[in-house]
Amino acid sequence: MIARQPMPEQDPQERIRNFDEVALGYDEEQAVLEAGRCLQCENPTCMQGCPVNIDIPGFIAHIKEGNFDLAIRKIKERNHLPAIIGRICPVKDQCEKFCVLAKKGEPVAIGNLERFAADVEWKKGVEIPGRAKASGKRVAVVGSGPAGLTAATDLVKLGHEAIIFEALHVPGGVLTYGIPEFRLPKKVVEREVEYIKRLGVDIRTDMVIGRTFTIDELLEQGFDAIFVGTGAGPPQFLGVPGENLGLVYSANEFLTRVNLMRAYEFPEYDTPIKVGEKVAVIGAGNVAFDSARTALRLGAGDVSIVYRRSGEEIPARIEEVQHAEEEGVKLRLLTLPTRMLGEGGLVRRMECIKMSLGKPDESGRRRPIPVEGSEFYIDTDTVIVAIGRRPNPLIQQTTEGLKTTSWGAIVVDELGRTSKSGIFAGGDVVTGEATVIEAMGAGRKAAEAIDRFIAQGEKR
Amino acid sequence: MRVTIMTCKIVSKKELAPNIKMFEMGAPVVARKAKAGQFVILRISERGERIPLTIADADPERGTITLVVEEVGKTTKELGRLNEGDSILDLVGPLGNPMNIGKYGHVVCIGGGSGVAPVYPLTKALKKAGNKVTSIIGARNRELLILEEEMRETSDEFYITTDDGSKGHRGFVTDILRKLLDEHERIDLVVAVGPVPMMKAVADTTRPNKIRTLVSLNPIMVDGMGMCGVCRVKVGGETKFTCVDGPLFDGHLVDFDELAARRQLYEPEEKLALKAYEEKIGGVR
Repeated sequence: MIARQPMPEQDPQERIRNFDEVALGYDEEQAVLEAGRCLQCENPTCMQGCPVNIDIPGFIAHIKEGNFDLAIRKIKERNHLPAIIGRICPVKDQCEKFCVLAKKGEPVAIGNLERFAADVEWKKGVEIPGRAKASGKRVAVVGSGPAGLTAATDLVKLGHEAIIFEALHVPGGVLTYGIPEFRLPKKVVEREVEYIKRLGVDIRTDMVIGRTFTIDELLEQGFDAIFVGTGAGPPQFLGVPGENLGLVYSANEFLTRVNLMRAYEFPEYDTPIKVGEKVAVIGAGNVAFDSARTALRLGAGDVSIVYRRSGEEIPARIEEVQHAEEEGVKLRLLTLPTRMLGEGGLVRRMECIKMSLGKPDESGRRRPIPVEGSEFYIDTDTVIVAIGRRPNPLIQQTTEGLKTTSWGAIVVDELGRTSKSGIFAGGDVVTGEATVIEAMGAGRKAAEAIDRFIAQGEKR
Repeated sequence: MRVTIMTCKIVSKKELAPNIKMFEMGAPVVARKAKAGQFVILRISERGERIPLTIADADPERGTITLVVEEVGKTTKELGRLNEGDSILDLVGPLGNPMNIGKYGHVVCIGGGSGVAPVYPLTKALKKAGNKVTSIIGARNRELLILEEEMRETSDEFYITTDDGSKGHRGFVTDILRKLLDEHERIDLVVAVGPVPMMKAVADTTRPNKIRTLVSLNPIMVDGMGMCGVCRVKVGGETKFTCVDGPLFDGHLVDFDELAARRQLYEPEEKLALKAYEEKIGGVR
């Protein structure tokens, strides 16, 4: 049996000094070798782990045969953002987890192969499929993140007109402002958004639905249905004293400055960012690791992840944790900050308490319990709080008759329908923070439901 | 990559004071919705930063909004050098919560420095709603007083203060406010917009009398839509996001010291960017 092809990567010592992509991608030889590892199971289990149902053995078979055009065509039947997804999908928890080879050791590198197929096509020139017969129906899509992009593309492919309203000045949502350049180059996002536009999706930036127009005004403008994919919104803070000191960032502020506003190129770009010598990142999700690795690249000498649970419970993608550790990010586990102390308005020290793990809590993970009398201090001059974000509340606050959960998420049924007829929703605004591919799955499901809704000519 | 270039054209430009410019900008969808107290976020060019500016006036029929810009840093200086017919790259809004305009009775509207611009739409709306409006505007000297006529027109009583006494009362806006309070003038609401120390002083002046006092805060912002939290401010011990929870807050509850400290976070970088820009444009003002 051939071993799994390792992903070529930039050297850790080199890459912490630049924002270039860490993973360099397979060459043809590696891709064909890796594709050859796929057993082409008669009843493939890998697909059950894919929220958008990509025909995984199908596209891999084409790569094995060297038919890269057919491979990408197969992927794009189900996924319009293959270069993005091939880079950031948590494959080890999804398709690759269900690959039969995973039981015997190393699963087929499905994500790496998807990325390969997408990148090969890009170099050759992207194929634009013909437009479906126009239905004459118009759908407004709120938000141009993964959920909105997928919903809009599916709708256009079904012959409907889809107009995306994006609040920021560039499309992409979290793909643009959240995920760093070294993991997902903005050029890759731009090119896939460009592809979606060429398919016929209309994207209007600088439009805050709820403010510039309300949902009801969009309905009055004659949209036949609306999909809300506004994602996650306000960052959560710990609620400890001193958290408003200078250089205590939310991860979202830190990453938005760097990714969306390109503060790492200040003063060529106008938005500044400051990072000290000793950076503490609170939390251990993908966003926390993205922040930690970004801080390193901005020149921080000592970066640590501060997490209240143990290594077992770290929710980030395994690759991100490994990459971060290779780059020198330290893990301070079973540690909870209780107070931030400053000097001259800037954070200088963090009081923490040691935690121990008790019985499993409602999330199924062992509950962290403070160890009495274990308080200690961490010297730090930059703190990045990455403990999650609440659902974006703007549509809920400005739309009457939209049912929400106690924590502010939009309530939808299994088809993505909200309590208001003609309004559908999906992605983080419904589920709370989840993965890009799950948001895409939700966008797809809602697009199918919108198509049926329009066809039935249901009255709103 | 730009998707829809919502080029926002400068329809007219006027210099209100040295380094304070007023722009009327094409922004039909914003003008249609703008209410007193709200703001926009704009970006001049591809490498530009996003800055918040209060909507000083809106004309839905013409499809324009009025913005007043005090040149303090690189971006505002760059904006100040634009002329009629020029366009900026991005403009989004209206953002933030409008003021709840009602009939309060006697309202005192206070504007300090370039803060007169944001207090003007509130004053106008309050006057229109049938309130008795007393306005106090202040500046360091007479050259820096802005929107004097506009404010006078929309007020029942009108006061000017300058730090150096070159026009109106010599001293601070709070001197007049204190005088009104000492004269046992009945005041139902105070609205104050200006430099942080001024807003703090106004809140301190009205606190003993428990007169409701609204201030409009102007912290650093990035997205301006509640996603980054850089504009957080403590109000009554609770952390609020100015962009989505404000920008108007109860002045008696705002932690002004924290606000002032947070506003200064990027001062060295702002100075650096301004210096580089001034060198680039060759010291032309």
